[in-house]
Amino acid sequence: MTAFALETRDLRKEFGDNVAVRSLSLQVQQGEVFGFLGPNGAGKTTSIKMLLGLVAPTSGTATLLGAPLGDRAARAKIGFLPEHFRFHDWLTAREFLTLHGQLYGLPSARLRERAAELLELVGLTPFQHKQLRTFSKGMLQRVGLAQALLNDPQLVFLDEPTSGLDPVGRRLVRDIIRDLRDLGATVFLNSHLLSEIEITCDRVAFIKHGEVIRVTDLKTIVDGETSVTIRAGGLTPEAVAGLSQWGRDVRADGDHITLTVTDDSALPAITRHLVAHNAEVYALTPQRLSLEELFIQIVGTDGGL
Amino acid sequence: MPTFIIARLTFLEAVRRRIALAAFLLGLAFLILYGAGFYFITRETGVPTGSEPTAQLVRSQIFNFLTNAGMYAVNFLTLAMGALVSADTLAGEIGSGTIQALVTKPVRRAEIVLGKWLGFAGLLALYLLLMAGGVLAIVYLQVGYRVPNPVAGVGIIYLESLLIMTISLACSSTFSTLATGGTIFGLYGVAFIGGWVEQIGTLLRNQTAINIGIVSSLIMPSEALFRRAAFEMTSATARALGMSFGPSFVISVPSGAMVVYAALYLIAALAVAIRQFSGRDL
Repeated sequence: MTAFALETRDLRKEFGDNVAVRSLSLQVQQGEVFGFLGPNGAGKTTSIKMLLGLVAPTSGTATLLGAPLGDRAARAKIGFLPEHFRFHDWLTAREFLTLHGQLYGLPSARLRERAAELLELVGLTPFQHKQLRTFSKGMLQRVGLAQALLNDPQLVFLDEPTSGLDPVGRRLVRDIIRDLRDLGATVFLNSHLLSEIEITCDRVAFIKHGEVIRVTDLKTIVDGETSVTIRAGGLTPEAVAGLSQWGRDVRADGDHITLTVTDDSALPAITRHLVAHNAEVYALTPQRLSLEELFIQIVGTDGGL
Repeated sequence: MPTFIIARLTFLEAVRRRIALAAFLLGLAFLILYGAGFYFITRETGVPTGSEPTAQLVRSQIFNFLTNAGMYAVNFLTLAMGALVSADTLAGEIGSGTIQALVTKPVRRAEIVLGKWLGFAGLLALYLLLMAGGVLAIVYLQVGYRVPNPVAGVGIIYLESLLIMTISLACSSTFSTLATGGTIFGLYGVAFIGGWVEQIGTLLRNQTAINIGIVSSLIMPSEALFRRAAFEMTSATARALGMSFGPSFVISVPSGAMVVYAALYLIAALAVAIRQFSGRDL
């Protein structure tokens, strides 16, 4: 048994002359929340489709939970929320979960219990006997998410899980991902919402032109350089100048100061320094080198086109 | 068993989306029309009423003819239903992406195709039983006549509807819904025209016309199968005269080998459906 929940080697997909995925090589550890990022047309969706057996790779190999692609025993341990979450909309939410639970081969008593549990989790218990066609986009996404969790999966693929959701729904998805991680499950998250990835993922792969161009541990970004914005009244030039001992690029503009520090531990010292110079501090906000900046740095502003 | 889960889903879909309801209501409308037509034709036209053997014989031939004419309409409606329900099933679900959450479950793609096939087969069986049963019951209740071999006749019509449904399913695994519909309509047209060319050829003893008919029946055996079904349900008297009762008089009857051919055709079409769907990117 390999320790990887997912491993791909030079996975490639061509559609005629068009190369959708050039050479995807990835390793995702068990229990990891792994983000998959890239500009439009970078081959993210095709990659996920290959991993799930929807699309056959032109070449290359991959294993999911130690089994080769398409292995049915492995698929029983995998959950998937498709990007467009189109389901049989003439089923009620309850029937929908029952159908998919049956396809997972869950025993009926366990399925009843699990479906009720999940409907409650995604907040759809009051709507369980309504047909899916009456559901809003967000509700469909919630029921789709419940569907992906029916089998207590060891590996969950979430393709744009928050695209139809309001902020409350997004928080729900975040909480679910966190719960999955606590249970030791692996989550493979494809989202174009960088803030989403930033909050939830352990590691993230940037792909462009169907290749992984960088895998980044998000914890190291967090521990890296931080840009700090300060809003304070009664700033004296000495107070501002003194800030350079904790960071660089100090810029003052009226009540606003920005600077870049290398360590979060500088923040209390900066506050004390300003207070000692009789400044009235209203806000001191660390702004991490955001994933967005990193994304643009890595992928480039051309969006990979 | 995933196959049965999908079969049940397919059946349920036809019910929920009111496809079954529409078909049954239209079928009911047909039966009412047929019943009224049968009533007036048998009473207001020159059907002999006497009890002498000749009158009885002529009467039963007329009833036989009218029953089989009704069965031809039932045959057409069942075929249309078979083609329509299955044309969109794979193509539509692939197009909308509905299929994605299904095939990523621990099921074989073949099981999805077989499940859909079984669901449609059940639906068609129910529909045909009600419709053919309705025609036979109307005739029996009104005049007490029973056609010969109704089980064999309806069985062949069922095979025919299964064949059309399976070909439609096979097309749907590869082409769009619209292309599937066009293909099925075209094939049905070939069989229909070919069938008549063969009839006329037989009448005029023109071998070329007969061969055209046979080839078209091999491309699409639907019309030939109905002629065989009509033959099964035709009285021995008419058969002795070298004809059987279809929508009109059938004089060229396909052999039993055509039924075997159609069954093999069906199995091949199902194999193509499974193979195409299993191999394609979704």
